[in-house]
Amino acid sequence: MMIRHHPNEATLLSYASGGLPTALSAIVATHLAVCPTCRARTAEAEAIGGALLGAVEPVEVGAGALDRALAAIDADFAGDVNQVADTGMRNRDLPSPLGAMLPADLDSLRWWPVGRGIRQARVGTGEAMIRLLRIAPGRAVPQHSHGGHEMTMIVSGSYTDEIGRFMPGDVVDLDPEVTHQPVSDADTDCICIIATDAPLEFTGWVPRLMQSLVRV
Amino acid sequence: MKQVPGSGSFETTGPSIPELNRLLVDIAEKRSRAAFAELFSHFAPRIKGFIMRSGTSEELAEEIVQETMVTVWTKATQFDAARAGASTWIFTIARNKRIDILRRVSRPEPDPEDPMFQPDPPQSGEEFTQSRQDQVRVRAALEHLPPEQVEIVRLSFFDSLTHSEIAERLSLPLGTVKSRLRLSFRKIRSALGDER
Repeated sequence: MMIRHHPNEATLLSYASGGLPTALSAIVATHLAVCPTCRARTAEAEAIGGALLGAVEPVEVGAGALDRALAAIDADFAGDVNQVADTGMRNRDLPSPLGAMLPADLDSLRWWPVGRGIRQARVGTGEAMIRLLRIAPGRAVPQHSHGGHEMTMIVSGSYTDEIGRFMPGDVVDLDPEVTHQPVSDADTDCICIIATDAPLEFTGWVPRLMQSLVRV
Repeated sequence: MKQVPGSGSFETTGPSIPELNRLLVDIAEKRSRAAFAELFSHFAPRIKGFIMRSGTSEELAEEIVQETMVTVWTKATQFDAARAGASTWIFTIARNKRIDILRRVSRPEPDPEDPMFQPDPPQSGEEFTQSRQDQVRVRAALEHLPPEQVEIVRLSFFDSLTHSEIAERLSLPLGTVKSRLRLSFRKIRSALGDER
């Protein structure tokens, strides 16, 4: 997996701080699994958290807090957490955590058409909800910008827009003022994952995309 | 000495950074309860202070402190002083516990055991990584940030606010929030000698 497009630094900083919503964090974490450069950068951002923790005004803990912690570590029998057995059903195109959230066969998801050769599927619930978009070969997604904090990761296939060519593992993390028009490359469906920082609200670009399709 | 507003003095008391790292190694290698008690007395009040900055209740902050420090004990063998100092490593555990407890979701993390996981290249040597994460230099860099950048970093780390939430809190366009975060991070990285 040759990565050419990375999350931006503001996104890595928020991932490190704990301020990035779950679905966006899942994309970043999946990218970090295959990108040592962004991992090193994230470690630098975590060092900011370490510096702030080291310098914060301490607040005395309750009486007996240490005794409770010591009792808890006495009760701890092993320490190592067992890994859940790999069922072999997980997706093989992406590493964990997204790879483990998706089925091996993406065709088994429930897809519904949103027009212009584009289909959509949803995985997960609430804050962790991600959407998958499947664009038929050679089809253009209407020109759009990204209102909230939205990120895309390519799972399979590829597309090209004003910024460049996006291949599996690449992350699209655009500033809100950037407008682009992805066109899927001709050979195969382009499947990508979309996460937003407000998955429960009807404000993402897919709804806007559908609105624009209705207007067409 | 200039301070990051409201973050308390940078004059640390108690064990030095190498001593704190040493305590974690003693916990990992000797399962030393004495080392754990000393580490607890240093970090527990700081974790509590950190968590309570966002307005989290004292009760929940105490719960996060407990969960964090017990995890420090169970995962101590994973601590690697060449990768991150004790304070940074414990920050990451507290951050994750806060997400687990307050948001009731577990934080997505890369899995080094995943067959597709790409290990670090050999050239990212120990000293390089260590110098880039030097806590003292990060603190100095924070002190030199303009107030509007410090504010946004603090909202991100202390309050765990998303970009959109920061934009709303400060009545700023989302693009401004992102560019301020990016600028502040770049300045801190360049203070750490990472000019990429």
